[in-house]
Amino acid sequence: MGMLSTTGLLASAAGVPFAVLPALILVPAVGALLVSCLPRRRPELLKLVAVATSVVVGAMSVWLIKGFDAAHGAEMQFTAQADWISDLGIQWILGIDGISLFLVVLTGVLFPIALLAVDPGHDDRAYYAWLLILEAGVMGVFCALDLVVFFLCFEVVLVPMYFLIGRWGHGNRAYAATKFFLYTMAGSALMLVGILAVAFLHAEAVGTSVTFNLVTIAEAQAIDPTAARWIFAAFALAFAVKVPIFPLHTWLPDAHTEAPTAGSVILAGVLLKLGTYGFLRFGLYLFPEASHFFAPVFLTLGVVGIVYGAVVATMQRDLKRLVAYSSVAHLGFIVLGTFSLNTEGIEGGLLQMVNHGVSTGALFLLVGMIYERRHTRQIDELGGLQKAAPVMAAVFTLVMLSSIGLPGLNGFVGEFLVLVGAFNAHRWWALIATAGVILAALYLLWAYQRVFHGPAKGDNANIDDLRLREGLVLAPLLFLIVFMGVYPKPVIERMEPAVDALVAHIEEHVDGFHEPRSRFGADVKNGPDSGLAGEIDGQGDDH
Amino acid sequence: MSTVVTPEVLWWALIPVILLSVSAMLLLTVASLVRHLPSFLAQAWTVVTGLAVLVASVPMWNEVRDTGPRSFLGGTVAVDGSTVLATAALAIAVVATALLARLYLVREDLPGVELYVLLMLSAAGGVVMVSADDLIVLFLGLEILSIAVYVLAALHLRRIESQEAALKYFVLGAFASAFLLYGIALLYGATGSTRMALVSEHLSSVVLFDDGMLLAGIGLILVGLAFKVAAVPFHAWTPDVYQGAPSPVVAWMAAGVKVAGFASMVRVLVVTLSTHVSDWSPAVGVLGGLSVVVGASMAVLQTDVRRMLAYSSIAHAGFLLLGVQAADAQGTAAVYAYLVVYTLLATGSFAVLTVVGGPGDEAHGLDTYRGLAHRRPVLAGAFTLLLLGQAGIPFTGGFVAKLGVLAAAVEGQSYWLAGIAMLAAAIAAFVYLRILVAMYMEDGDLEEPEHSKDAVVPLGAWIVIGMACIGVLAIGIVPGPLMELARDAVPVLVGG
Repeated sequence: MGMLSTTGLLASAAGVPFAVLPALILVPAVGALLVSCLPRRRPELLKLVAVATSVVVGAMSVWLIKGFDAAHGAEMQFTAQADWISDLGIQWILGIDGISLFLVVLTGVLFPIALLAVDPGHDDRAYYAWLLILEAGVMGVFCALDLVVFFLCFEVVLVPMYFLIGRWGHGNRAYAATKFFLYTMAGSALMLVGILAVAFLHAEAVGTSVTFNLVTIAEAQAIDPTAARWIFAAFALAFAVKVPIFPLHTWLPDAHTEAPTAGSVILAGVLLKLGTYGFLRFGLYLFPEASHFFAPVFLTLGVVGIVYGAVVATMQRDLKRLVAYSSVAHLGFIVLGTFSLNTEGIEGGLLQMVNHGVSTGALFLLVGMIYERRHTRQIDELGGLQKAAPVMAAVFTLVMLSSIGLPGLNGFVGEFLVLVGAFNAHRWWALIATAGVILAALYLLWAYQRVFHGPAKGDNANIDDLRLREGLVLAPLLFLIVFMGVYPKPVIERMEPAVDALVAHIEEHVDGFHEPRSRFGADVKNGPDSGLAGEIDGQGDDH
Repeated sequence: MSTVVTPEVLWWALIPVILLSVSAMLLLTVASLVRHLPSFLAQAWTVVTGLAVLVASVPMWNEVRDTGPRSFLGGTVAVDGSTVLATAALAIAVVATALLARLYLVREDLPGVELYVLLMLSAAGGVVMVSADDLIVLFLGLEILSIAVYVLAALHLRRIESQEAALKYFVLGAFASAFLLYGIALLYGATGSTRMALVSEHLSSVVLFDDGMLLAGIGLILVGLAFKVAAVPFHAWTPDVYQGAPSPVVAWMAAGVKVAGFASMVRVLVVTLSTHVSDWSPAVGVLGGLSVVVGASMAVLQTDVRRMLAYSSIAHAGFLLLGVQAADAQGTAAVYAYLVVYTLLATGSFAVLTVVGGPGDEAHGLDTYRGLAHRRPVLAGAFTLLLLGQAGIPFTGGFVAKLGVLAAAVEGQSYWLAGIAMLAAAIAAFVYLRILVAMYMEDGDLEEPEHSKDAVVPLGAWIVIGMACIGVLAIGIVPGPLMELARDAVPVLVGG
């Protein structure tokens, strides 16, 4: 990101027909407004408008992959800018680079799927409006390059999610929704103070008027290191709750379990990534020195999360809760990779964000479909579903294997890179984390065995198999699971320049720090086939 | 023969006070002459007066902006940006309260125009407070405002809680006035003047060897004003009074009285005593920190929505004090922006309470709100927006207001205070969430309260709630104009 400057920010990519990033935020927002103006008693019309809106957004986000200039992946592209509160120097600055590109795409793809997959059952209008507002907020988080605007979107996401869990959730939904809201809000309370502090201290040190421009502040690195560490801590707390990192994860199982299916898909698929993305963009990039200083803490907590999440998942009797705890483990991998502070680790973490979104999203959809048929999620009460629903079993197998990290499917690529990165940085941590991979196989396979194999008791014997509509909803996710496992190159080559620049940025600003990397990695990096992309590509082709 | 030199009078700058007080007197006279004055006439009269003040403040604002702030009437009354903005905020609160009042008076079968008269008089006192350039004038304004509000609190003759609230408010308010007056006296003793410009001039040119009397004066003034704005530990009256007083009156107390109190606090502390910031700013900071923490935590323990909002108003006062303790232009602007937003939030929220409260103004328990989203989706939706605004959620005015005062506090390097305030805001969020949970997530098939089955939300309440919602949302999405207004409203002292 060394090349990235304020002026670079303003240069927009060639061939952009319109301000695509503002559109990613505005289209769902307008869609929400439109939905809330429609008649309440026309659920099919409401759904049509909501799905159409999210499909438009999804199409735009997928188009970004094509429009994205991979060679300059470290630079902010498609940028747009507008004043918001000029008295405080707060601006809407939007832009994406290789780090945020695929998170935007993931958001764009998951929302239509979540909208199509399940109907809310009651209060359709509010349901669709909240989901679209949620999409606008999430897009804002991934595109915002102004600290306050980032916070704005980061916080506003809570409201729709709160209502989605609380109004359309199961069981103890009010409790889960309130817990989710309060945990996250308390976590991010200090971040706003941190944001203001970093901007004022930066302005004071540089002698300019106050700005909240992320790139300007991050490139200058003008703040006193001690202050930066405090401020980093304030940011880190907010992200750690959102990820969530052990021991701040207790809101997650409740929220995931009680949320409606679409809520779980979005929560696991996209919302958790706000935290890990925050660590990359507003942790490592904004405070490289402090990130390096605190890295051991997060590495340790990441590893603890991997093992803890896996062990607790093994114990669960509720299938949905099991998937929820598996998220804690998976997110632990992402944190581990991120704080390895080398290209493999960060890139692996980034890939894992996308992978986890796809596979866990699919898992939650499947669990939702099972629940719809059997009205229970207790593993004990299920069993033998395979006989009656062979296709569903097959799909479940594929998604589960991707979540375990079977080579040839998407999960493997990210996990492998994370472990390589962690091994190069801190090999003992990597060793323990590997145990997490084995545990993942244990709890998922065991769950699969109990749910799908064995004799079918009672109603389990005659449930419907996957319907066409459900198959179509799952198809894009299954495609991504296989495609990214076999041929991750298009993804990696767009991520890599940005990740390289981020690592270079950390090296530049942390005295005596050199990216911990393996010997072979150093050579390939300068090779013609653009480093890791080639390395992984070769691996992927073998399967 | 000697001629008496009368002081210069800027009549245009007195328009708001004249409008409000003359209109109040006229209404009182007409009402005592006409036997059965239709109640909507009194309401319309008050609303029109409030709107007239609001309209008058536009040319006043332009005049002040073009020609600068002035002081007149022998240097006792001033007109500057902050005066005009605070006056406008008061006018909005008057209009909102008047719109709510009739629905309440009709429902409670309370004939008479006293509420409107007292409301306008109270507002006139508020305008005097925010334009005072002399501590004695400030005191006069405070008394005009307060005495009217004491009576307003007691307006519901048949509710014992209303009488209790008024008595409590009166006794404690009288104490506060005494504190304030004694503080003014001590300040006069230390500086030789009660005129703010002269006090300020004296303090910046003379170094006092023994400033005990001055500090005591500042302390007492601070206590007096802290009572009025309900800052911890001078807040004890608030929950009881909010619970007992008629709901529309509470709207006025929450919005109008706070505007006047904070605007005059800024005039006295930030502007007049600018040389002694290091003396009073830490004290204000402590009051602010206590207010946000105590306000937010106590609100969590309540089961009566009016008491919840009373404690949350204490937390809001704490946030405002955060802006005051910054003691700079940034902080002052933030306070004014916050006041405007809070006026909207408070009037809107209490409008909802007035509607939901039902006959006897009794139904304010959290249970009443259970399933409200089913029974009255639009009302519940509006209340949701207002509560989210109070919680400071982005894209509502509440966020912009909090951002302003926090920025001022952080710029003044009060990191701890800012951190405490934000954590308290998270606690306060729980309070608002409890109401949301009751409205949306608890069973709506509960037996509908008798009165609300066919009760239609009156137009006046709709207007207040609608305007509040639109304002809160508009400020949240496009905060620039309000921030600029607040920036230009920084008060100045002009030597008379």
